[in-house]
Amino acid sequence: MNAINRLAAAISLTCLLPLSAIAAENGTVEVTHWWTSGGEAAAVKTLREQVEKDGFTWKDNAVAGGGGAAAMTVLKTRAVAGNPPGAAQIKGPDIQEWGSLGLLTNLDDVAKANNWDALLPQKVAQIMQYDGHYVAVPVNIHRVNWLWINPQVFDKAGAKVPTTLDELFVAADKLKAAGFIPLAHGGQPWQDSTVFEDLVLSILGPLGYHKAFVELDESTLTGAKMVEVFKTLQRLGTYMDANRAGRDWNIAAAEVINGKAGMQIMGDWAKSEWTAAGKVAGKDYQCVAFPGTQGSFAYNIDSLAMFKLKNDNDIKAQNDLAKVALEPQFQTVFNQNKGSLPVRQDMDMSQFDACTQKSKVDFEDAEKGDGLQPSMAHNMATTLAVQGAIFDVVTNFFNDPKADPATAVKQLNSAIKSAK
Amino acid sequence: MSTVATLNKASPLDALQRWLPKLVLAPSMLIVLVGFYGYILWTFVLSFTNSSFMPSYKWVGFAQYARLMDNDRWWVASKNLLLFGGMFIAISLVVGVLLAVLLDQRIRREGFIRTIYLYPMALSMIVTGTAWKWLLNPGLGLDKMLRDWGWEGFRLDWLVDPDRVVYCLVIAAVWQASGFVMALFLAGLRSVDQSIIRAAQVDGASLPSIYLRIVLPSLRPVFFSALMILAHIAIKSFDLVAAMTAGGPGYASDLPAMFMYSFTFSRGQMGLGSASAILMLGAILSILVPYLYSELRNKRHD
Amino acid sequence: MTSSLVPRSLSFSRLAIYSTLILACALYLIPLIVMLLTSFKSPEDIRTGNLLSWPEVITSIGWIKAWETVGGYFWNSVKITVPAVVISTLLGALNGYVLSMWRFRGSQLFFGLLLFGCFLPFQTVLLPASFTLGKLGLASTTTGLVLVHIVYGLAFTTLFFRNYYCSVPQALVSAARLDGAGFFTIFGRILLPMSVPIIMVCLIWQFTQIWNDFLFGVVFASGDAQPITVALNNLVNTSTGVKEYNVDMAAAMIAGLPTLLVYVLAGKYFLRGLTAGAVKG
Repeated sequence: MNAINRLAAAISLTCLLPLSAIAAENGTVEVTHWWTSGGEAAAVKTLREQVEKDGFTWKDNAVAGGGGAAAMTVLKTRAVAGNPPGAAQIKGPDIQEWGSLGLLTNLDDVAKANNWDALLPQKVAQIMQYDGHYVAVPVNIHRVNWLWINPQVFDKAGAKVPTTLDELFVAADKLKAAGFIPLAHGGQPWQDSTVFEDLVLSILGPLGYHKAFVELDESTLTGAKMVEVFKTLQRLGTYMDANRAGRDWNIAAAEVINGKAGMQIMGDWAKSEWTAAGKVAGKDYQCVAFPGTQGSFAYNIDSLAMFKLKNDNDIKAQNDLAKVALEPQFQTVFNQNKGSLPVRQDMDMSQFDACTQKSKVDFEDAEKGDGLQPSMAHNMATTLAVQGAIFDVVTNFFNDPKADPATAVKQLNSAIKSAK
Repeated sequence: MSTVATLNKASPLDALQRWLPKLVLAPSMLIVLVGFYGYILWTFVLSFTNSSFMPSYKWVGFAQYARLMDNDRWWVASKNLLLFGGMFIAISLVVGVLLAVLLDQRIRREGFIRTIYLYPMALSMIVTGTAWKWLLNPGLGLDKMLRDWGWEGFRLDWLVDPDRVVYCLVIAAVWQASGFVMALFLAGLRSVDQSIIRAAQVDGASLPSIYLRIVLPSLRPVFFSALMILAHIAIKSFDLVAAMTAGGPGYASDLPAMFMYSFTFSRGQMGLGSASAILMLGAILSILVPYLYSELRNKRHD
Repeated sequence: MTSSLVPRSLSFSRLAIYSTLILACALYLIPLIVMLLTSFKSPEDIRTGNLLSWPEVITSIGWIKAWETVGGYFWNSVKITVPAVVISTLLGALNGYVLSMWRFRGSQLFFGLLLFGCFLPFQTVLLPASFTLGKLGLASTTTGLVLVHIVYGLAFTTLFFRNYYCSVPQALVSAARLDGAGFFTIFGRILLPMSVPIIMVCLIWQFTQIWNDFLFGVVFASGDAQPITVALNNLVNTSTGVKEYNVDMAAAMIAGLPTLLVYVLAGKYFLRGLTAGAVKG
């Protein structure tokens, strides 16, 4: 801690000079984020317009690339320099890390004035707090464990919508026999791990999932069920096309949309692709919980963490951003574009489509029991280091058709141990 | 302490003149000491700390190096470097020497041909990677073209095959750098003493054997220079992997430079990343030091 | 060794040599041809045709879209490259001048230390450099990148000029000194005018190095400040909707054109730079 304190002191010294000097009279909030794809960019624009309408200046710092990795690099160099932006897209356990460095500001006043405690689901509120104080504002809740289905393709192949893993394989066989790609997939580490995570949730159940990815419990990680997860993963791989390496998720989604493939395992952001193609939920496509994970909800919450600033006007702008992000208008537009669930509990769900409405019901059910679990593949469950170690093992296993599940389990355990 | 000191007059203007060279060099000296050696030392120190998300200076000894040795991905990256580096250097040298020797046979329009061989060197590795990623695209690239042209059973899916993806990197890198090796050797060939060759020819040696026995061995220094540059390109290769495969499928085409970047900047493991950077430096030194040693020894012989 | 030894009559081996050379030309040119062809095709054409098929309809839509996405970053690269090349060349010239004509105790040692910079794997300086840029308030700015390129380009530029000036007779400088010419006068009046070839070599070398850089760009700059190589990589490796290979290829051509152009126009110096850097480095 001593080193961190010294670092923090050094940072606050250098903080006196930059940014605030060039800030306009009315206050500026700079936002570092990686919402750069079509629908996301449109969603961010509504936030920007709202902040600007309130009389503040929005300085956009969109950093594309590497699923946020590039943005994190920028953030780190700037934070080390004592020149962080007003707000940055930071989520899950990372909020705690940034908080422990003493860099995040206290949003309790905004939270109280806008009644966040009542508005937000308890679990979400917890994640947004460091040391009992609000330091970040959530913007949405993604559900990761979805299966996207093209019903026309299913009809042609005579396949039934699966609810268990066995049914999934039956449907996949039928699709394959009818000449379709059963599962559209992009071979990138995070996508491979998303499938892996869904299988863990399905085979080990939510409690086992929690033990494996949150507690990193060794006996769970090395258990027979984990071997089964890897076996099933390998089997699923045989239903994906061979040229998937490096493919983006939205390209894979397009294959399902165009009727080349039957299904895709992907979080609810996949819906933005369907929407963009002019398809209607429940009619042109179906969204079902990943087989065997009904009642569970693997969440991925996007949030904006707020950094300590010096200039009073900028702090006002920052607080305004925090307030606006939770206002119903922004929540509606943003989540309609992103395909995610609004984070406010009091939203009028009739403005959303069938999939989001279903998501809302499932979220509330899962919240009552143990079903609400943080997504490992989306950096909600564990540190970046451990997540990276899991990614490495999973993606390496998944891309080698000859890999041995039992060995993979051993590798997973030792990789996690050395990354902890 | 050469001529300057001998002109020692005591006026202040002369004193300034005397100090001027040092003053001019001073900023660069500072840059080199801080920006090169200071930073290496800094990274070296970081590699012995538990720095994760942000730098911290809690000493953990060799723990990061131990973790690195324990990391399967690091070994894949290192093995890939040996495989990629070895093949890239060997093929580039063979192709480069061959083209240089052929071009040396009083070829018409030599300048034009040379320009074609060398142009890839002007491109960024990112551009090269993008182009070859497209050429090797399974399904739409060369794969499809050769099947369209009637070679029915042709499959070229190396880019998505974890066992063969490294060869894709080799192909692209050879395309980019072999022309450069050609240029180096061509320059070398032009400086070979003609009389030695004439003498050999009078002795009845055939042209290929003259090249193999006499000409090429005399180009040893050029060979070493090319080797150094190619090894250097191989160890630093980061952009090519980033553009072509991003390390995939899985991490089958990872290289140490890529490993360092991803662990340091995306995974928040600065200590581990620094340790891998220091090992990369070690790898360069292990090639550079023997090279410099032999250079210096040769100089003494001169 | 342009050998006058090869008898003209050996027509078979001449034929073999020429055909090998021409085949190699084709192999080196194919990627460029494919890039150009693809960039002028429509996405539909790309799916139905193949790499070397002529475009059904020549369309510049790929180039227009590519310029819309990476055009701004093209100017970033210009903003980074021009000052960095000029300043590092100037510094290199001055350093080379001192290291060859005004040696003092320790200058050789300094040169040795500097030389090592030619081989430095930049991974070992990335983190400290990014902290420093941060402290200077230059993180994610083109100015920061200019600074970094000057610092890490210094080794090569100094090497070029030092080696060049070492071949200039010391007597020339001594004579000028006896005439009362000062440090800068000698540099400006005597050495600079005869340095045109090496200045060209240095400018071209630095231009290609800095324009083509990716590592520094991706680590130290991002968002609005990123150079074109980083923008190109982002474009190719993150996609929205359908993959548009024509746009990818057009963007790659845009990123590659400046260095290609320099190479074609000043290839002589380019080659000399490569060999000088290699043989001496």
